[in-house]
Amino acid sequence: MRVIVPLQGVVQGRGGLVLGSVIPCAFFYFLQFYLKRNRRDEPVPDPANQSSASSPNNSGSSSPTQSELTGLSRSLSRVILSPRNSGAHVSVSGRANSILKGGDSPYHVGLKRVADDPYDELGNPDGIIELGLAQNKLSSDLVSDQNSIGLSLSGVASYEPSDGLMELKMVVAKLMSAATKNVVCFDPSQLVLTSGAASAMEILSFCLADSGNAFLVPTPCSPGFDLDVKWRNGVEIIHVPCRSSDNFNISVTALDRTFSQAKKRGVRIRGIIISNPSNPMGSLLSRENLYALLDFAREKNIHIISNEIFACSIHGDEEAEFVSIAEIADTEENLDKERVHIVYDLSKDLSFPGLRAGAIYSFNENVLAASRKLTTLSPVSSPSQHLLMSTISKPEFFQTYVKTNRQRLQRIYSEFVKGLKSLGVECTRSNGGLFCWADMRGLISSYSEKGEIELWNKFLNIGKFNVTPGSCCHCIEPGWFRFCFSNLSEKDVLVVMNRIRKVCITCKSQN
Amino acid sequence: MMERSSNNNNNNVVELSRVAVSDTHGEDSPYFAGWKAYDENPYDESHNPSGVIQMGLAENQVSFDLLETYLEKKNPEGSMWGSKGAPGFRENALFQDYHGLKTFRQAMASFMEQIRGGKARFDPDRIVLTAGATAANELLTFILADPNDALLVPTPYYPGFDRDLRWRTGVKIVPIHCDSSNHFQITPEALESAYQTARDANIRVRGVLITNPSNPLGATVQKKVLEYLLDFCVRKNIHLVSDEIYSGSVFHASEFTSVAEIVENIDDVSVKERVHIVYSLSKDLGLPGFRVGTIYSYNDNVVRTARRMSSFTLVSSQTQHMLASMLSDEEFTDKYIRINRERLRRRYEIIVEGLKKAGIECLKGNAGLFCWMNLGFLLEKKTKDGELQLWDVILKELKLNISPGTSCHCSEVGWFRVCFANMSENTLEIALKRIHEFMDRRRRF
Repeated sequence: MRVIVPLQGVVQGRGGLVLGSVIPCAFFYFLQFYLKRNRRDEPVPDPANQSSASSPNNSGSSSPTQSELTGLSRSLSRVILSPRNSGAHVSVSGRANSILKGGDSPYHVGLKRVADDPYDELGNPDGIIELGLAQNKLSSDLVSDQNSIGLSLSGVASYEPSDGLMELKMVVAKLMSAATKNVVCFDPSQLVLTSGAASAMEILSFCLADSGNAFLVPTPCSPGFDLDVKWRNGVEIIHVPCRSSDNFNISVTALDRTFSQAKKRGVRIRGIIISNPSNPMGSLLSRENLYALLDFAREKNIHIISNEIFACSIHGDEEAEFVSIAEIADTEENLDKERVHIVYDLSKDLSFPGLRAGAIYSFNENVLAASRKLTTLSPVSSPSQHLLMSTISKPEFFQTYVKTNRQRLQRIYSEFVKGLKSLGVECTRSNGGLFCWADMRGLISSYSEKGEIELWNKFLNIGKFNVTPGSCCHCIEPGWFRFCFSNLSEKDVLVVMNRIRKVCITCKSQN
Repeated sequence: MMERSSNNNNNNVVELSRVAVSDTHGEDSPYFAGWKAYDENPYDESHNPSGVIQMGLAENQVSFDLLETYLEKKNPEGSMWGSKGAPGFRENALFQDYHGLKTFRQAMASFMEQIRGGKARFDPDRIVLTAGATAANELLTFILADPNDALLVPTPYYPGFDRDLRWRTGVKIVPIHCDSSNHFQITPEALESAYQTARDANIRVRGVLITNPSNPLGATVQKKVLEYLLDFCVRKNIHLVSDEIYSGSVFHASEFTSVAEIVENIDDVSVKERVHIVYSLSKDLGLPGFRVGTIYSYNDNVVRTARRMSSFTLVSSQTQHMLASMLSDEEFTDKYIRINRERLRRRYEIIVEGLKKAGIECLKGNAGLFCWMNLGFLLEKKTKDGELQLWDVILKELKLNISPGTSCHCSEVGWFRVCFANMSENTLEIALKRIHEFMDRRRRF
């Protein structure tokens, strides 16, 4: 624009102001246009075009010349070093690129830090304590006592149906039914087994949504969903924030509002994903909640995926009752049953994450048929299936396990929550799962994600323990943290509390 | 508290995604129909002698006893839990790191080196574990290509590729046509022609995927062809994937050249990092139920991404632990590889001799669990339909399940893949007898 004023002086008196503005502007725009065009002609490092025969500067063409054919007998190094392409790096797909570009979230950084410097009471008392991994170590001794050593290879080594052996499905169905105190009788033929809950969630995401569609997910939610639902499938997650003022309960009004907003933007919602018991709060959904969600799904003609991987990890008092969405679906008409799908996993309830045994339970034959096919890409190893069968199917084991596991979770949970309370930190009431959801808003330096991550860093670097910050769970209110306590012994709880106290003191002195 | 609405007037049936309803899984082909026929009426020497003999499944049972003996003898380390020296149940039950057990990766690397006679080295940190080669192939495809891109694959190829490479990835397969005039080896003309076909259709080619030794041909890929392929991939700036799942099943070790050997002597990273190898224990060790596959890549980005993506398809920690000590026992693996090769070679000779006596020729093979048989002369109509008719006759009358070349996308009709390693010698003799009788009957008319 600085050009215009002097030029105005030049053309004064000859239709002056107009010409004086138009000419320099036109000149300016022509200049931009010219520069842009020239920039486009610069060589673009596009691997697909480099070997095309269209550029006259390419030495040699894309079809083999006689010399190249006879070149087969030349030594390797001379054939390979095509001068044009030495140094050109081959590219990976757009999907892989987006993964490579993404920085690691605190969730993953924390896990890695623990792996590098894990706390051990005797061996490494200054190491980092893992409170960011929802894993149950409390009752694995019960499980290991059950195992028989040695298994003959025959009957185990051959190809099996990729969606799991029927005998194992029967055992898993019994386990899931027991979690509902046998109110629901799960049908093994509606189960598809796969190598972990991540795979189960990914398969469902593939079967229920096309690329570009979306699922509604109430937050805070499990940090793993982003990977499982979105990554390879191109399906979006639209968060529906829940608030502490509501005890983080799901509101159908909020779901409805988010659904309409998405529709206006032209995004097609294919379903809702809920967790029950929820992760990270550990709260249980009531029958009324579940009916309301199913009604909403019916009204919008979408699916519901209920992530029930903590169904056997209920530790609340007697009134705390786990109600599976299967119970609700059982009372509905066929059309509505078909929209209900459950993800289950033996990792959390039975502390078997290494064995990779997850499951999809669905009332929808088409989903089951498609999922079964997809399990060829992520099946459960057959010796592991046999090991699981021989372990879980013993009834004495099973009863004892569920009862003892519940008691142990209860004990640690109450110790942990008491400890936090004595430090002035309140938790939401949790009745299931392996974690508690702590309100640390009073400790963060600024009410923002930045403040939250600062505190998380302090926990990790000063306190030497890894927890999951609420932002990883997509919590809209900063300052909440998920503490997984099922990795701890009772002694460890004291150690953790001391460390938290240490960090609290540094926070209070800074604030 | 949420209130239950009484809105019940929506009668729509809820829909599934395009992936779920598509038939890109390719499972309607004769390849799978044959399996079904076998499942419904499986041959058994004593109980069902007129049942269908399974020769459409590339499973290796010839060396099973070696494994059983090993695992029983070395029970404390080789078995699953609770022994003194080995890590206990607890650690293994909890281990779910997608890097995989280091001891297991080291064992896999050492096993892969042994198979190649030490002619190539494998770095355990470049090994990514997946639940089977099926998953490995799909994972690589996700990583190397975008939807609507293509991989060039020489025909005939393993029917499962239609599913593994295409189904969820949305990637296309463009065939490199090979024929019997040169024993189905890949020629530069065929390669260029395939590439051009893709370009003409405006499809971006991201790589070439070969199986070496080849399934269904049962033959190794010649060294000069490998060198040419690598050069082609450098010139076009695309990837080269070599599925070497049958590398331990080559009858004479000297006849196999792995792409790893070619890459071993190359320093130029921009050349190396386009090469990726798929391997699995399913064929060489006859352990398909265990679901152990690997991706070996010379490309750091691919290794990193594949590792993360393998979260969906991890190998059970129990399986890793169980096999780690066995695979790193060099005395055992050396013996196993040697004996397995010998038994496969012998089996191959029996079947080829037997077929020859019946007047049937096979492609000269030197590897794998199958032979590539030529029944073109029996076809009434030299068309795909003619071939499928013959296949149907063989299935229904001879009760033999073999795989027709059409399901392998072979451009020449009349070829069939016949598996020989998943049955006893007696059963093989019976299968050959049925073929003899069939040929005799045919000659009489």
